[in-house]
Amino acid sequence: MERVASALFSRLVIIIPYAWLLFFFLIPFFIVFRISLSQTAVAMPPYRPVFDLFGGLSGIMEKAREFSLDNYVWLTEDVLYFNAYVSSVIIAGISTILTLMIAYPIAYGMAKAPKSIRPTLLMLVILPFWTSFLIRVYAWIAILKPEGLLNQFLMSINVIDQPLIILNTNWAIYIGIVYSYLPFMVLPIYSSLEKMDHTLTEAALDLGCTPFSAFWRVTFPLSLAGVVAGCLLVFIPAVGEFVIPDLLGGSETLMIGKTLWNEFNANRDWPVSSAVATILLLILVIPIVFFQNAQAKADGEGR
Amino acid sequence: MKSLGSIRRSFAPWADPASKPFISVKNVTKKFGDFTAVDDLSLNIYTREFFALLGASGCGKSTLLRMLAGFEQPTSGEIILDGQSLAGIPPYRRPVNMMFQSYALFPHMTVETNIAFGLKQDGMPKADIAERVGQMLKLVKLEKFAKRKPHQLSGGQRQRVALARSLAKRPKVLLLDEPLGALDKKLREETQFELMDLQQELGLTFVVVTHDQEEAMTMADRIAVMSHGKVAQVATPAEIYEAPNSRFVADFIGDVNIFDGTVAAAESGYLSIETGNGFPVRMASPEKLAIGAKAAVAIRPEKIRVSRQPPAHAPVNAVEGEIWDVGYLGDMTVFHVRLKDGRVVKASSLNAVRAVEDPFGYDQQVWISFGEDAGVVLKD
Repeated sequence: MERVASALFSRLVIIIPYAWLLFFFLIPFFIVFRISLSQTAVAMPPYRPVFDLFGGLSGIMEKAREFSLDNYVWLTEDVLYFNAYVSSVIIAGISTILTLMIAYPIAYGMAKAPKSIRPTLLMLVILPFWTSFLIRVYAWIAILKPEGLLNQFLMSINVIDQPLIILNTNWAIYIGIVYSYLPFMVLPIYSSLEKMDHTLTEAALDLGCTPFSAFWRVTFPLSLAGVVAGCLLVFIPAVGEFVIPDLLGGSETLMIGKTLWNEFNANRDWPVSSAVATILLLILVIPIVFFQNAQAKADGEGR
Repeated sequence: MKSLGSIRRSFAPWADPASKPFISVKNVTKKFGDFTAVDDLSLNIYTREFFALLGASGCGKSTLLRMLAGFEQPTSGEIILDGQSLAGIPPYRRPVNMMFQSYALFPHMTVETNIAFGLKQDGMPKADIAERVGQMLKLVKLEKFAKRKPHQLSGGQRQRVALARSLAKRPKVLLLDEPLGALDKKLREETQFELMDLQQELGLTFVVVTHDQEEAMTMADRIAVMSHGKVAQVATPAEIYEAPNSRFVADFIGDVNIFDGTVAAAESGYLSIETGNGFPVRMASPEKLAIGAKAAVAIRPEKIRVSRQPPAHAPVNAVEGEIWDVGYLGDMTVFHVRLKDGRVVKASSLNAVRAVEDPFGYDQQVWISFGEDAGVVLKD
């Protein structure tokens, strides 16, 4: 009896993550995908066809015939969407590289710090999350605007005599993304560096590496898993980022999150915005799947 | 491979005042804060020597090794290698390589690239690297495993990769930090002899750190027994075992019986020591001690005989007791004999025949005895 119960329990435990994925990812994605195949309508909800569960199987089949790929075709016809995707990927890419360049030294310093102060350092990295994200982004407006804190400071020490125009440019977006996503880059890199055996560095030194080459030949390659995880954690949400480009970016900044928001709220075109979202997901998922396949292959080598 | 016997027997550069040491550790002290890990230590190591630093954990042996490798700098004193001071020379510029206790193999590289690591760093041409790696793989018999990653190897194979990697650059000195510590007993014993053969074949100087006395005794030409950052004795394994210079060394290496007493008489080359309760000991000793001085006699268990009848020289070097414990180890049997005054003496005898007709059993009255050259006299 007890064994049956424990077997049942262990199955239940396995089911939980799958159930989570099913209910909070697959089903919502399926709904979005289904809307992307529909047409807009002045109705509630604002698209056609709407399924009626009481129409029977033939009714459902009838309505399913109304599905079309028109919205996807539409996305390819207007160059605005293509440009928005490309510029989102570029902005997210640049931001990810900047975040990595700032986060790696921070994580390295934390991993090399005495064990006793590491929890404090971790705490400091996480601390900004205790303030609302929106408030922190608004605070950057106060810092970056022409008469803001940064310009006042630089002018008071006579580094510049004209205020720098940072707000409402791509630079403000980079700053916003780097600032907001820094912990997501620091934490995985820190965890991969922290568990690294320091005798590996000593072995590299012993075999003739200077500290610099020991870093590039041993430490960095071994922290790659953390670097990749951090880059994905920053790049993926940054591509679809809406709040930062909306508040800090200029009116000419084109990002897919903003486009999606416009389609959804201003145009009230749910099917097209669903198509935009579906394509965005594919753009993000396909390279990651390829990457992971390559990774798995590399791991399997020499077996 | 040629026999090691003749080379070994004649190899004793430390006994020759004309030979120059290859490594000279001069009055080296290393402090970590208030803690003195190595305390004003001096010793010499000669070319082609297999030298062991032996001691309990925390005795400073690993710190000394790390100073030779360059990972730690002496607080004071200096280390000379091949006539050159190593002061201020970082690990990557020293002609020594180290085999780490944890092996420290690079997990993201194959066996081959691990071995090639140091050569590549030195900018050796590719073809030469391939050739050297091939030699190394052959040396440690891992040709078939060249493409594997460390996590796909057994503990013994990893140990060989670590060895091959540290030898690939042909260092003048190889430092080995507990090289066999992670292997199981059987593999460890085999590998000990392989390491000795390898060291002879390559003609290198090996400095090995170990806490395992058997390992040190088997492999080393000379052993430095360390305690609290100081060297207690540097000598060949046989000297360390048969002629320890102090109570600490006698006790640290192997089993020993120590009888405390006072010198009762001294004649040319012999000392008579009264160890209490009518148990006089007469022992050959080069030491000249005054009558009445405190002294101790250290005798190894295998040098003590157990018999039912008193020997002819009784009561000198012989005393009556009772068998208190018997431990059968297969190759030999260990007896704990309790004397009348409560002292327990360890004696062991080789089981040279398969069945003893009338073996000693518990509670039997026996005599223990030993010869006049069975032990050493230690000054207190």
